[in-house]
Amino acid sequence: MNPLNCVHMTQIRAIAGKEFRDRIRNRWVLAVSIVFAAFALATTYFGAAAQGSVGFQGIEPLIASLVSLTIYLLPLIALILGFDALVGERERGTLNLLLAYPISRAELLIGKYLGLAGALTCATLAGFGLAGIAIVARAPAADWYQYAGFVVSAVLLGWVFLSLAVSASAFCASRTSASGIAIALWFFFVLVYDLLLLGALVLTGGAVLGPLFPLLLMLNPADIFRILNIFGPGDLHTMFGLVSVFPAALAQPVFLGLVMLAWIAAPLGLAAWRFNR
Amino acid sequence: MIELKGVAKSFGSLRAVDGIDLNVHRGELFGLIGRNGAGKSTLFQLMLGLIAADAGQVSINGERAGGPRFRAVKRRLGYLPENVVLYDNLTGIETLRFFARLKGVDTAECAPLLEQVGLTHAAARKVREYSKGMKQRLGFAQALLGDPPLLFLDEPTNGLDPEGIREFYRTLRARQEDGTTIVITSHILAEIQQRVDRLAILHSGRIRAMGSVQTLRAQTDLPLWFEVVAHSSDTDPIASALRRAPFDKVTTNDRRVAFQCPRNAKMAAIAALAPLTDRIADLQIQEPSLEDVFLGWMGASA
Repeated sequence: MNPLNCVHMTQIRAIAGKEFRDRIRNRWVLAVSIVFAAFALATTYFGAAAQGSVGFQGIEPLIASLVSLTIYLLPLIALILGFDALVGERERGTLNLLLAYPISRAELLIGKYLGLAGALTCATLAGFGLAGIAIVARAPAADWYQYAGFVVSAVLLGWVFLSLAVSASAFCASRTSASGIAIALWFFFVLVYDLLLLGALVLTGGAVLGPLFPLLLMLNPADIFRILNIFGPGDLHTMFGLVSVFPAALAQPVFLGLVMLAWIAAPLGLAAWRFNR
Repeated sequence: MIELKGVAKSFGSLRAVDGIDLNVHRGELFGLIGRNGAGKSTLFQLMLGLIAADAGQVSINGERAGGPRFRAVKRRLGYLPENVVLYDNLTGIETLRFFARLKGVDTAECAPLLEQVGLTHAAARKVREYSKGMKQRLGFAQALLGDPPLLFLDEPTNGLDPEGIREFYRTLRARQEDGTTIVITSHILAEIQQRVDRLAILHSGRIRAMGSVQTLRAQTDLPLWFEVVAHSSDTDPIASALRRAPFDKVTTNDRRVAFQCPRNAKMAAIAALAPLTDRIADLQIQEPSLEDVFLGWMGASA
């Protein structure tokens, strides 16, 4: 039987709608929007304070600063949002009741993911969007496009880490262990991966890993996010280290967007497999 | 309606359900009783298709539990879990609407259901503000969504006050009269002994006994309790007539004489009391309670 035949949109909508409304009502979306907006505005106006100037210094330094900070903040928020999506239901005791209804585990998982992704998207768009309106309102259209590209890639980055969090939630038996895994994922992808990659490159003199380097970068969604943003129309790539050597031929937004989508689908697929066992 | 054939389920080395055969018929109120850990909840989970059996077969209306066509069965069943947990951040009415959407039931049903369980006044209050009894009533209401012809109720009267318990069983009786099949567990055996059509006593994942309360009483062969009320406090002649086999445990208290009598010696007891009728004001014969029956079976299986 085709598993997609088992997926009913009514059930997915009901679960997603509840998750989304929960985050709106408990002001999670509002709080995260404010964090993103404040963070974007502060970066814009005070990002160059160390160099003795304040205010909007141009779209490229702004994107560079936002990318660096978003890589730390957004994955963490997405992981915190999603780590108890399934294990929380199990631990609270609501999972058996839900599954006694005419809903499959796949529908529950997809509904949960979509509801949380919707909340995260709203917060990201509202936060960075409102800040963007204030920042680049008088900027040329090209800057608008570049900023919009950054926001879209940030949304994708959030979805990827949310997918990883939901997967951790499906694999863990308790919220405590799921939160531990979520933090470990953040450490690995945001802090450790590039360091290990750089170390391995230096140790091997680039001979072994060099050809594999673009592939190895794509194994980290945080790096894909960086690459998506640095290969814009300006000289942004000069502001980054490791990823700046990514071959420009592969740095196509559509291709990288597809890689990001694969990064969303793969953990969700794993989660579905584990959750169905 | 519900059919289990040789069903077994283990969790690691623990054999939670061990070769159970069971049939629950349409319109029947069927009780499952047993000590904690006897396998009642696992059996519920198996019947609801929440977990898969290691061996044997569970089916409802001919559909294998958890099978590809079981979704249609789930639309027509209601489930109240033990210690029901609902979403604290939703109001009572929102809770019912959420579950109604999941079941594909018209959300217009929700308000009348809340009224039926006596929660109309709390419809707009968050579940976190509900007492345990109110949560239980709300849980019962969600089980009734869509007027299901099959109900699984796990310790449904937990936390209910006496009035709530009476109301609950009144609703249940009305549902049963409409043809609803009900499977129920309860630790309060006195509560269900007058209400179930049949019951199964579970022990260590196995059915130790199954049948109507009357059948199980007969099978355990537990003694009857007689209580004789004398006209005066001079109960010695009555007590003396009973202090012989097969009567047992003769006790006196003011005008009352109580004694135990084997089920098959009921007529002998009446015959022993017949010459003393001028001294006797009243006579009561008490059947063993379901609790006695349960403990009798547990004693036999210990």
